[in-house]
Amino acid sequence: MISLNINGRDYSVQAPDDMPLLWVLRDLLNLKGTKFGCGIAQCGACTVHVDGRPVRSCMLPAANVGPREVTTIEAIGQKDSGRRIQQAWLELEVVQCGYCQSGQIMAAAALIERNPAPDDAEIDAAMAGNICRCATYARIRAAIKSASRK
Amino acid sequence: MVAFASSARARAATSEVTSPSAIGGFVRISPEGGISLVMPSVEMGQGIYTAEAALLAEELDVRLDQIVAFAAPPDGSLYAQPLFKAQMTGGSTSIRGFWTPLRQAGAAARSMLVAAAAQAWGVHPNECSTKDGTILHSSTGRVLKYEEVAESAATLPMPEDPKLKSREEFRIIGKSQRRIDTSAKVNGSAVYGIDVMVDGMKTAAVAISPVDGGRLKSVDDNRARKIPGVIDVLRIDDAVAVVGEHYWVARAGVEALDIDWELGPNTKLTTASIRAEAVKAADEGTPIKALERGDVETSFKNATKRVTAEYELPFLAHATMEPINTTVHVRPNGCDIWVGTQTPVVAQKHAARITGLPVDKVALHNHLIGGGFGRRLQADTIEQAVHFAKQVPYPLKIIWTREQDIRHDRFRPCYLDRIAAGLDEQGRPLVWTHRTISGTVRRYFAEDGWPEGKLDKDAVDGAWDSPYAFPAIRVDWVRHDPPVKLNWWRGVGPTHNVFVVESFLDELAHTAGQDPIAYRRALLDANPRAMAVLDKVADAAGWHKSLEPRSGRGVSLHQNFGSYAALVIEVAVAISGEISLNKIVAAVDCGIQINPDTIRAQIEGGVLFGLSAALFNGITFDEGRVEQGNFNDYRQLRINETPPIEVHLLESNESPGGLGEVGTVSAAPALGNAIFAATGVRIRRLPIDRSLLSKRENA
Ligand code: FES
Ligand code: FES
Repeated sequence: MISLNINGRDYSVQAPDDMPLLWVLRDLLNLKGTKFGCGIAQCGACTVHVDGRPVRSCMLPAANVGPREVTTIEAIGQKDSGRRIQQAWLELEVVQCGYCQSGQIMAAAALIERNPAPDDAEIDAAMAGNICRCATYARIRAAIKSASRK
Repeated sequence: MVAFASSARARAATSEVTSPSAIGGFVRISPEGGISLVMPSVEMGQGIYTAEAALLAEELDVRLDQIVAFAAPPDGSLYAQPLFKAQMTGGSTSIRGFWTPLRQAGAAARSMLVAAAAQAWGVHPNECSTKDGTILHSSTGRVLKYEEVAESAATLPMPEDPKLKSREEFRIIGKSQRRIDTSAKVNGSAVYGIDVMVDGMKTAAVAISPVDGGRLKSVDDNRARKIPGVIDVLRIDDAVAVVGEHYWVARAGVEALDIDWELGPNTKLTTASIRAEAVKAADEGTPIKALERGDVETSFKNATKRVTAEYELPFLAHATMEPINTTVHVRPNGCDIWVGTQTPVVAQKHAARITGLPVDKVALHNHLIGGGFGRRLQADTIEQAVHFAKQVPYPLKIIWTREQDIRHDRFRPCYLDRIAAGLDEQGRPLVWTHRTISGTVRRYFAEDGWPEGKLDKDAVDGAWDSPYAFPAIRVDWVRHDPPVKLNWWRGVGPTHNVFVVESFLDELAHTAGQDPIAYRRALLDANPRAMAVLDKVADAAGWHKSLEPRSGRGVSLHQNFGSYAALVIEVAVAISGEISLNKIVAAVDCGIQINPDTIRAQIEGGVLFGLSAALFNGITFDEGRVEQGNFNDYRQLRINETPPIEVHLLESNESPGGLGEVGTVSAAPALGNAIFAATGVRIRRLPIDRSLLSKRENA
């Protein structure tokens, strides 16, 4: 049994030791907002927060999470940073197909959480791990700035 | 019944509406007040739900925040794309095809609702007006909501030729609208095919023959079956599936398989062998003429200078962000498919054939798509899933790994192009010839393949119809089908041809010692729309402003999909050969604009998509196997490599043009031309080989 704290709730799941948090979220807990993109920590689609830090859930065995708090896209809007990012994402119409955007939003929320007013270089550094095949990057940059001004 | 969003924002639903009044094929109004609009095109990021809803809502006289949009079921008679005469989303056709039909459908529904209200009131319909989903009889102040008359309206005859609004009367079209599909995409609630949950569903991972054309000889599944949570091991001709309680255990099961493949006829295939065959075809093959105008041979004789070049483009994978997946439930009397597909009718037909069920017993539930780019125009992956799912009684979800998504893609063809021009003493082109050597993509979309000797226009699109007036021109195609399965890829024919045409035109300008924009302008007297976007981009980009050493600007111009686009890219090339993108400026005339903000977004994303491929991507083969597999070796442009992008839209009264692919087509030639301006090195092969740019003598 693996015990997890996700979005403020405690769960116990039966899962193989090497099962990544991504698949525990998606297939055992039905939290489908966190996406599978590459499985090898290259794209960021699976980004969640572990104790507030952005983490690639596709390479993190759920068994290694321990008592740390996991936050997913489903609950990030309850944090001020997440709510502001989501709002800015809609206002600037960042989203195209949307498949990468859970991960983008999680990475962006973590960024403005620790750096309330990032500049272009800081945004690029924090977001470079997140691929968007629709290439919404210019708007992501603008939306992070807009969210950090509020 | 679809739950109606209580918030002011409309949303895109993926479940179907079951009990409302259908007013024509596109409008459903439930008694509880939900107005649902049926989307004939699939939403894969291009913003088509919002644009098509805008066309319907404009004439129906409802606001976009009053409606729910959902995917059309497969039904070619109702939802065929008028330009393809098939229910498919691709080729930047959606708005071009549906511009008039959807407005007519909205207007017809509105007039039926008005007629029903007028009947109820015993007045003439002309005395009634509509606003935001209500019908008003102004002289008596009576008001009825659409849902109150929907049932009776649905029984009235559909007017044949409803009157459409003039452009001045538009309240939605032409004004930037908030997208209706995005609010669910920022909080994790949007449901893509990969997210589908069905009662009793199991999940499978697969192993596929590493060489296309290979067959499964035998598989030892003893170890896999011992893994707790593994439920079944299924076999088809060229693949094995391990079914598990969840995806991770299925993956573990696949890794525990011991498979013996009969690798088939393609094990000797390499990129070099494919190229050698193409060169042979170029030398010996019979060209199929696409266009010949003027006297080509005499013009070459009269020319003072002849310029020739050879260009090459690689196979490309689509690498959509959402990896390939399909969920299928086959029962003795029916089949359900949950998937995001650009080609629902074809998928349904294949499923019927594979299961032996009548087509009307196959229900396809189409979903939001996490990136299409053409990949989901073919249903091969859905066929595979049905072959597996028909072996089991439960619903089965199949998810491919990223590596499978790339290696077992159906690729954008590779191309070899031979191009030549004859110039007069001022350096102006007297004659232009362009020969493409490639496979045919269309044979994958035609019922009976593609006959020898027949032109696949896709191979020459963007070449025979360039914006320029050449006194003499010949465009032809040598068909050479490589043993690699092909597919359309964002920008289709023009992505390839415009790279060749615009790069070579740049070569001619430099040969003539002229400015590339001035050189193009001299060929555009008869093409004011192309001239206008070119002038706009030159001005906005500060074309003549000086730049640092090893920096340069490049331009491209094209007219495809009913739109005109000019692009300027500014680059700096380091001594090491590393390329930095500094600035991108686009000017686009796409006719009447539906949703200007989405148009900009499509150009921004489309350009970067094309740059990503030109900078990094080429699928190569060794021993029949695709050498790339994931984003580490099939790498994509990232935010830190993305420069600022400006998009300028020109006002126009022309019919709306397509947009999803326009920016992608512009990208590679503008980049190559910028690199030439910065380094003097001409890019004639993609992806760009940095080692060519690191030579010191070019500094
Ligand atoms: S799926 Fe985890 S980084 Fe791509
Ligand atoms: S919005 Fe489509 S991949 Fe980012």
